[in-house]
Amino acid sequence: MPEISREEVRHLADLARIDLSDAELDHLAPQLAVILDSVASIREVAADDVPPTSHALPLTNVFREDVVRPGLSAEEALSGAPVEPEQQRFSVPRILGEEA
Amino acid sequence: MTSSSGAELVRRTAAELADALTAGDVSSVELTEAHLDRIEAVDGAVHAYLHVDAEGALSAARAADDRRAAGTPASPLDGIPVAVKDVLATKGVPTTCGSRILEGWVPPYDATVVARLRQAGLPILGKTNMDEFAMGSSTEHSAYGPTRNPWDLDRIPGGSGGGSAAAVASFQAPVAIGTDTGGSIRQPGAVTGTVGVKPTYGGVSRYGLVALANSLDQAGPVTRTVLDAALLHELVGGHDPMDSTSIDRPLPSLVEAARRGADADLSGVTVGIVTELTGEGYQAGVLQRFEEAVQLLVKAGAEVVEVSCPTFVHALATYYLILPAEASSNLARFDAMRYGLRVLPDDVPAPSAEEVMRATRDRGFGDEVKRRIILGTYALSSGYFDAYYGQAQKVRTLIARDFTAAFERADVLISPTAPTTAFRLGEKLDDPLAMYLNDLATIPANLAGVPGISVPSGLADEDGLPTGVQVLAPATADDRVYRVGAALEALLAERWGGALLDRAPELEPDHRDKE
Repeated sequence: MPEISREEVRHLADLARIDLSDAELDHLAPQLAVILDSVASIREVAADDVPPTSHALPLTNVFREDVVRPGLSAEEALSGAPVEPEQQRFSVPRILGEEA
Repeated sequence: MTSSSGAELVRRTAAELADALTAGDVSSVELTEAHLDRIEAVDGAVHAYLHVDAEGALSAARAADDRRAAGTPASPLDGIPVAVKDVLATKGVPTTCGSRILEGWVPPYDATVVARLRQAGLPILGKTNMDEFAMGSSTEHSAYGPTRNPWDLDRIPGGSGGGSAAAVASFQAPVAIGTDTGGSIRQPGAVTGTVGVKPTYGGVSRYGLVALANSLDQAGPVTRTVLDAALLHELVGGHDPMDSTSIDRPLPSLVEAARRGADADLSGVTVGIVTELTGEGYQAGVLQRFEEAVQLLVKAGAEVVEVSCPTFVHALATYYLILPAEASSNLARFDAMRYGLRVLPDDVPAPSAEEVMRATRDRGFGDEVKRRIILGTYALSSGYFDAYYGQAQKVRTLIARDFTAAFERADVLISPTAPTTAFRLGEKLDDPLAMYLNDLATIPANLAGVPGISVPSGLADEDGLPTGVQVLAPATADDRVYRVGAALEALLAERWGGALLDRAPELEPDHRDKE
């Protein structure tokens, strides 16, 4: 059974930018272990020479004409902002460390 | 209009309603009002809708009536109301994907499917409930509470598109749009006694469909009859330059295929029973109705053969690596910066953007979404990528090859749609693996991109709940699922002396005081 520790789940949550509580970690870690166990068989199914499929439809290089066409206005694009936009820009929390 | 005629109107099929509109027997405004009344009466109990847009629907209905009066209807379904799963962007109408993280979000644009519904003149009644970001098989993972199965209000309506299926099954909409990533149109169809079609991947535009797993997601019709599904599919399907995975050629004639199928003559058609999608793991009543359906197909002249698709037994594992991998990447867009929820972490003075992102994603996402994001992050992380995601992509190739080989022997493949009838609310909520098994039979089609339909096959003896049969066809041969689906529907209706939904219990109108 693939082991997945609580600390590993914490690390993965960190990579996925989700602030999990201790209670959530206790709940999720064993569930993830069960799910990983159930998918582990996949490792022995395909021979090395089987090509991977990333898409059901074999389409490559779908181009369109490079022409100007109407898009969203600035007002529309900003309409869903979680806080009031400023000077036609999204307002975000600080992005640099405090010492910077 | 009187309430009794409204009650009668909502039970008619979209094709019948279109005829009534053409004949001038009824107006789109009357139809839309009848459905809004029905929603008012029963949706307190069913909870199929997350948002009802009465004003928008009635305004579209008035425009449809004007076009009909002028003799210039925009489409065969001009004026027929429709419900839309809340995963498709609707300009000016809230779109939540069943998640807190999008609570109150009003998209500034329409999904192509929605734009085509509007152009075709269908008033949009509202947005239907779903498992959060379409992750689930019961609609219990909606952040806004579950939808209930109209056949038994203590049971799940399937998922993720339980809202669309329940709306159609409880006559709160004649037709609806769903999306199917691993069975989210077909499995709810099976457990609610309705029809659901997952088109060929690329057959219906994904532009404006909030992505769960791009390589698997496909929007399609949710209806009470096969003909209605074909009518709706033809309106929303076809090439869209806004979706780079859209198939650049015309759809086959689906309405014609559904009409032809209704003659119930399947001579010359070979139907393959997939050995791996029946038998062990399937409820006795589901298998019984499936075997009867097979007998009816034989009676209609079809040749029935058994085909083996050996790698299908690995489809579930393949899916639960590919889907979380794609989902973890797709859902990275919910970063609390540009739209949706923004939560400031507790006890952090002047939090950084990253701290805000972490706090928001913890508060805004539910359990199942977190599980799958973390699983996907694991499958894609260095050291595990080749063993999990890389292997899953190879098995995906083998599953597609199994389909190719099977379609060399049969024109269509059939199986039960779902392994069981509707289970009770809460029964599988905290057992993710048991929940995932509901999609056992539907997942292979998504991995290979082939089309599938679920049609009602009856009621299981042991619990009296609906069962479904799935018909699969090769990519771009969607017309075959309509032909065989319509034949099965006609033969079963003849046996039952009417539609399966005629046997669904009456829902008590909700007399609670309206706020």
